[in-house]
Amino acid sequence: MSKLPYERPVIQRLNTGSMNKFGTRTEYAPVTHIENVSVKSLISEFGSPLFVISENKIRQLYSDVTRAFKTRYPRVQFAWSYKTNYMNAVCNVFHQLGSWAEVVSGFEYNKALKNGVPGSKIIFNGPDKTDDELTLAIRNDSLIHIDHLDELYRIIELAVELKKRPKVAIRVNMDVGIYPMWDRFGFNYENGQAWDAINKIILTDKIDLVGLHAHIGTFMLSPQAYGVAASKLADLAYHTKIKFEKNIEYIDLGGGFASKNTLKGSYLKGSDSSPSFDDYAEAISTALLNAEYTKEHMPLLILESGRALIDEAGFLLGTVIANKRLSDGRRSTILDFGVNILFTAFWYDHKISPAQDFSHYTEDTVLYGPLCMNIDVVRENVTLPPMKKGDQVVVHTVGAYNMTQWMQFISLRPNIVLIDTNGKTHLIRAKESLDTLNSQERMPAHLSSFKL
Amino acid sequence: MKKRKINIAVTGLNNIDSPGPGIPVIRALRDSKKFDVRIIGLSYETLEPGLYMHDLVDKSYQVPFPSAGTEALLERLRYIHSVEKIDVIIPNFDAELQNFIKLEETLKKEMGISMFLPTHDQFEERHKANLMEFGKQHGIQVPFGKMIFSTAEIPSLTKDFTYPVVVKGKYYDASVAYNPEQVATYFNKLSAKWGLPIIIQQYVFGSEVNVTAIGDGKGNAIGAVPMRKQYITDKGKAWAGISLDDEKLVSIANKLLASSKWRGGMELEFIKSAAGEYFLLEINPRFPAWVYLAVGCGQNHPEALVLMALGEKVKPFKEYEKGKLFVRYSYDLIVDLKEFETISTLGEL
Amino acid sequence: MWHLFTKSFFNMKIRKNIAVSDSGFIFNPSTGDSFSTNPIGLEIIQMLKEEKSKEEMRKTILQKYQVDEATFEKDFYDFVSMLHQTQIISQDEEKKN
Repeated sequence: MSKLPYERPVIQRLNTGSMNKFGTRTEYAPVTHIENVSVKSLISEFGSPLFVISENKIRQLYSDVTRAFKTRYPRVQFAWSYKTNYMNAVCNVFHQLGSWAEVVSGFEYNKALKNGVPGSKIIFNGPDKTDDELTLAIRNDSLIHIDHLDELYRIIELAVELKKRPKVAIRVNMDVGIYPMWDRFGFNYENGQAWDAINKIILTDKIDLVGLHAHIGTFMLSPQAYGVAASKLADLAYHTKIKFEKNIEYIDLGGGFASKNTLKGSYLKGSDSSPSFDDYAEAISTALLNAEYTKEHMPLLILESGRALIDEAGFLLGTVIANKRLSDGRRSTILDFGVNILFTAFWYDHKISPAQDFSHYTEDTVLYGPLCMNIDVVRENVTLPPMKKGDQVVVHTVGAYNMTQWMQFISLRPNIVLIDTNGKTHLIRAKESLDTLNSQERMPAHLSSFKL
Repeated sequence: MKKRKINIAVTGLNNIDSPGPGIPVIRALRDSKKFDVRIIGLSYETLEPGLYMHDLVDKSYQVPFPSAGTEALLERLRYIHSVEKIDVIIPNFDAELQNFIKLEETLKKEMGISMFLPTHDQFEERHKANLMEFGKQHGIQVPFGKMIFSTAEIPSLTKDFTYPVVVKGKYYDASVAYNPEQVATYFNKLSAKWGLPIIIQQYVFGSEVNVTAIGDGKGNAIGAVPMRKQYITDKGKAWAGISLDDEKLVSIANKLLASSKWRGGMELEFIKSAAGEYFLLEINPRFPAWVYLAVGCGQNHPEALVLMALGEKVKPFKEYEKGKLFVRYSYDLIVDLKEFETISTLGEL
Repeated sequence: MWHLFTKSFFNMKIRKNIAVSDSGFIFNPSTGDSFSTNPIGLEIIQMLKEEKSKEEMRKTILQKYQVDEATFEKDFYDFVSMLHQTQIISQDEEKKN
């Protein structure tokens, strides 16, 4: 007689008020494949933990967002937000799809240039741009988004020195009815700072004001706020036209669209409560179409969406290191990845699926990372089947920010693999080794040897 | 006339001291002269009394909590439907409505299950924080209100308000404050519990009156019965209430149903000021727990809702009996452990 | 490794009045708490009720399921500690013994 499959014995108190298991199977249904490639084979070839990016998913999200906007507004341009995920392979998928580049530092700027993005299709944002970086951007005809007056004056000086008219936009902050209001970036709309800056730029006549930019926040769950922002920028553009007979070429509404992740503390699932691309597109296009433009002068609408276009395309595969019982009786499971590479675990309840089949018995579990740090918690409470050492898991919706905000703290950064549209896997960033770290270090001679 | 057989799934079986509307809705359906109903109870917890009321509920199933998401709910409903052949679902909880609204089309297309819910936009615009805007749009008086995000905004409240004011949490809870210090205290309490913003609303002196109403989604008011609470529990719930003869209130309710094209059942909470003006305080996007009073007064709103869900035209109710009382009571069911075991381990009973 | 489970480590006498059903539903009439367990958990609890020896339990499970001795030992230890925590194994009876 063949033996029955084994499962760890579990006992769970029947509490009223706690999550009942009936119908929640979708939450912990096994995910054994990503884009038809088995999790097992990915881990055996590339190791664990492992980031996996689905090119299919990126292309699908991009086509969804462009359909939503282009069917509602005639002129739309996307610019890939490098800080969200600047793996060159990822950037180039977006560039192949027609995205410009949106960067917030000199190193990102150069990354975009090296990827082959023409300087005139790079949007340079952020409060910190050095003279060298500004000079390069001016020479390349890049779109420089001015954050503060100090920067504005410096650009005017550089324009004179370089004998070239820089193309600029100003970043505007405003009250769009949401809290907290992001008023630390750019010039304020309500108190007239933004209008002042526009006047200064145009009256100086040394630089070209080509656009207006606003980035109202992040993970915005209210599409209407974008409608308000679009109206206010359109209003500034209209007054510029009236006073100076000058057309503003583009309106850039930044990024901030929510992905399908579930924010901590939110009652409903992100997949149910996050607005759709159509919701955002409707609010923005309605505001712009209702603004005071003639048909020929409709500005180009630029969007810098990052998170919403890459989050769902990213997966993190990992392995169970151990199970432990906490002093209060809760089950805890230690995984081989933690907040060092899954930074977003700080603000999302990431969906986590087992990568192998289980019976329908479950346990409430705390998921910990491998760091010897108390903050290293992947999920504070999740219902999962009883997993054992060596079992594998899939974390969903991790494509945004993790591969840029990760750190080599305690353990090093793992491999990143891209699955292309034919299901072929490509290593797009090799895991770090001790040499990666040591190659950057220098040893003073007097410290080079010791005896113990 | 032979009654039509129909399978109706109902949530909100928590007929406890602060009851959900499920059991009253079921009683209304059982009173129907048109339908011979089989009731399928949908419960979230294992101790919802309706689970054990076998004379009212024929069969019950546990469903995943709203926070588990629509995908989990849909999968569970697929299973329940495969056994029960559900014709109509009547959700009765605020917290679950968004998920059901999201699934309305899928349930209809995939399983032929009908519902009759407010649209997503209607559901959103009646939120507490949006009520001022709602009032403006539909010509209904709403006490002046303002959202605040910081205690720094409290001193300047006197520009817009005269004390006392009502300090309200984002989702629940409200307290009356008579001075800025009290506003600050409630601000801190409520924001710690529900987050920001905090809603400040002008306090209106008067008596609270409520309406249970139903609209056909095309601007027709199908029914509206006004009620004043006679006796209130410590949670502010009606323990007893009486149907009112108040044409003005009914006409305000009808106007709101018409202007908002409200689809489905709703409860409206008003304050009637000393001067006889009505101020809308809150809209609940579903039947109230006291909806059975409407049945007692001659308007069977749940039955009308089922008819409309099935795509049938319903004639508006013209009359209701005034001066009818409801008196709520609690009742201790004796339940065998076996039943608790069954619902706990199998998820059905 | 089995020797780790010495009598001094913990008592394994299940409360006499614990009700266990085939569905894995467990009711503790002394505390009013109810629990659910999976089939292996149920099997172990039933063996504990029948006062089977550890050796007998070990043999039964290893014969019946695809599990190695070390894994089962670890899980068994954890499970029995949970039975203590949930008061399905009684502290009082421990003292009596």
